[in-house]
Amino acid sequence: MSATSFGTVAPGGFGTGVSDTVALIGRHLRHLRRTPEKIIAVTLTPVAMVGILGYLFASVVSVQGTAQYHDYVMGGVFAQVALSCVGVAALGVSADLRTGLIDRFRSLPMARSTVLVSHTAADLVTSAVAVVGVSLAGLAVGWRIHKGFLPAALGFVLILAFAYAMLWLGALLGMVMRNAEAINGVSALVLVIFSFLSSSFMPLTGLPTWLRTVAEWNPVSVVSAACRQLWGNAPAAAHGSLAVQHPVLLAPILLAAMIGVLMPVSMRVYRTAVVR
Amino acid sequence: MDIAIQASGLGKRYGDHQALAGVDLEVAAGTVLGLLGPNGAGKTTTVRMLATLLEPDSGRATVAGFDIVRQQREVRRRIGLAGQYAAVDGLLTGRENLELLGTLLHLGRKGARSRASELLARFELEGAAEKPVQTYSGGMRRRLDLASALIAAPSVLFLDEPTTGLDPASRQVLWQMVREQVGQGVTVLLTTQYLEEADFLADRILVIDKGQVLAEGTPDELKRKVGEEWLEVGLADADGLEAALAALAKVAVASPTVDRASRRISVQLADGMGAITAAAAALEGTGVEVVDFALRRPSLDDVFFHLTGRETDQGQDASDASDASATTHDKRAKENQ
Ligand SMILES: Nc1ncnc2c1ncn2[C@@H]1O[C@H](COP(=O)(O)OP(=O)(O)O)[C@@H](O)[C@H]1O
Ligand SMILES: [Mg+2]
Repeated sequence: MSATSFGTVAPGGFGTGVSDTVALIGRHLRHLRRTPEKIIAVTLTPVAMVGILGYLFASVVSVQGTAQYHDYVMGGVFAQVALSCVGVAALGVSADLRTGLIDRFRSLPMARSTVLVSHTAADLVTSAVAVVGVSLAGLAVGWRIHKGFLPAALGFVLILAFAYAMLWLGALLGMVMRNAEAINGVSALVLVIFSFLSSSFMPLTGLPTWLRTVAEWNPVSVVSAACRQLWGNAPAAAHGSLAVQHPVLLAPILLAAMIGVLMPVSMRVYRTAVVR
Repeated sequence: MDIAIQASGLGKRYGDHQALAGVDLEVAAGTVLGLLGPNGAGKTTTVRMLATLLEPDSGRATVAGFDIVRQQREVRRRIGLAGQYAAVDGLLTGRENLELLGTLLHLGRKGARSRASELLARFELEGAAEKPVQTYSGGMRRRLDLASALIAAPSVLFLDEPTTGLDPASRQVLWQMVREQVGQGVTVLLTTQYLEEADFLADRILVIDKGQVLAEGTPDELKRKVGEEWLEVGLADADGLEAALAALAKVAVASPTVDRASRRISVQLADGMGAITAAAAALEGTGVEVVDFALRRPSLDDVFFHLTGRETDQGQDASDASDASATTHDKRAKENQ
């Protein structure tokens, strides 16, 4: 029998787990190279927002404690980039489910976690590109980082960690929903609700108390406030809830908790994900 | 004889819908089992369970000697799966698709590369090897899909409706490739809605519907279940019908049936050549003009209708396929027309 030439497949281990992940990341990066429009789509909206908010709104909106509106708003736009990752991952994962590719991967003697880990890792590259695009656009409208390298870098790490959490949320969404139109709808809704019910674009002073509490603890608010503080664009609020006063402290904890929950839940759902 | 796939009492519920209600099956190593059933019969559910993608609610099964629930990794190392839809990556080229799977199966960089080239050649995809798969035709995708399932040279191959939606020519090519695998000792479990396909490829056939096994046997056994062979006589004009009926009644074991519109008489004969010659002589004696004189056996379509009380959805497509395979399936191809 011809099977003897290859025999059975080598057993998996940590080493092979890493090489499987690398191979699958390679697959996604090829996708990115061949469909650059995906990166452009993810980058274009926030870049346009920087332009609109930085130029048009700058003349009418001013936030107390900041010199320029774009100083205030950039943290929020970066958080938007992270939020839009939900749709990116969801569409990718659901497409692989629909085409049966995930079935094929699951029928291989490969660690369960590999497929989603490589999916989210590769999509993180897309978000990193978008972050670079938004940074350049921000610099163009006059936004500057006023702190040293370390806090500046920490700000970007927070943005990418937020993006990573949203990619896992997206993976989960993609497995549960599957239908591309439905996914587009839900991820647009996530984007609108989470970004407008936050302090991304303006401080939350006018809201009723309960709504204000929700908005203050919204990860978008926490992460964008942390970035503003880390980059020296706007100080944290002097009074208010813990989330408002100590965003830099709270953001890493919040993000770690989100990733810590979303990752295992997604992997669990993956285990039983079925193609119809 | 080695048993490559064995399942007993496989059951699966989706909500309150019993998709599979206790399926037993057994496939001897190196043979082909055709799982035949209409849409929604439970074919895909069965395959996904055996390929470790879905855990059964009840029952148990072994594939290549390993339990599909407790020894999934061992099972996965020995199976190849081509699902109902060609599971290929449209953005990658054909070669990249195969190399990726080779890497994931730990053939090593060189091993993956040479295996990909080998399979591309065998599946006649060399010309398109460097093109993105989204430019492939349906038949090419299917071939690449089958090639993908064969990367690790599995000893058990699952094919879920491998030719659904293919044109007759591509179907022929795929059939040949499956036969090639069987020739090399691979055990195949194949699902299909095409009776023709089961008849052509399978050593044994399991007819399932609504999650239950309706019948099991070789294609011949199943056909025999429906009835014996019969003689069919077609006449040039209707005037001779009565004379021919009277003549045939004398040599028949049961009274002949007649379809006046098409001027055809069907009659059950005693076994052996003697009965056929007697029938021929009796007709000759009446002097009526005979345009068709042939022994018919029930087709799998008849079997299916007999078992489920339903026509197959794919009746038309199946007959297209049989036209394409006219040399081997001459008789049935004519029947279907
Ligand atoms: N994931 C699922 N959720 C709910 N019902 C399902 C699911 N998969 C299959 N079914 C149902 O189970 C039955 C058997 O399906 P399937 O095995 O796909 O049949 P076949 O492959 O023979 O067409 C069908 O009635 C189908 O609607
Ligand atoms: Mg099916």
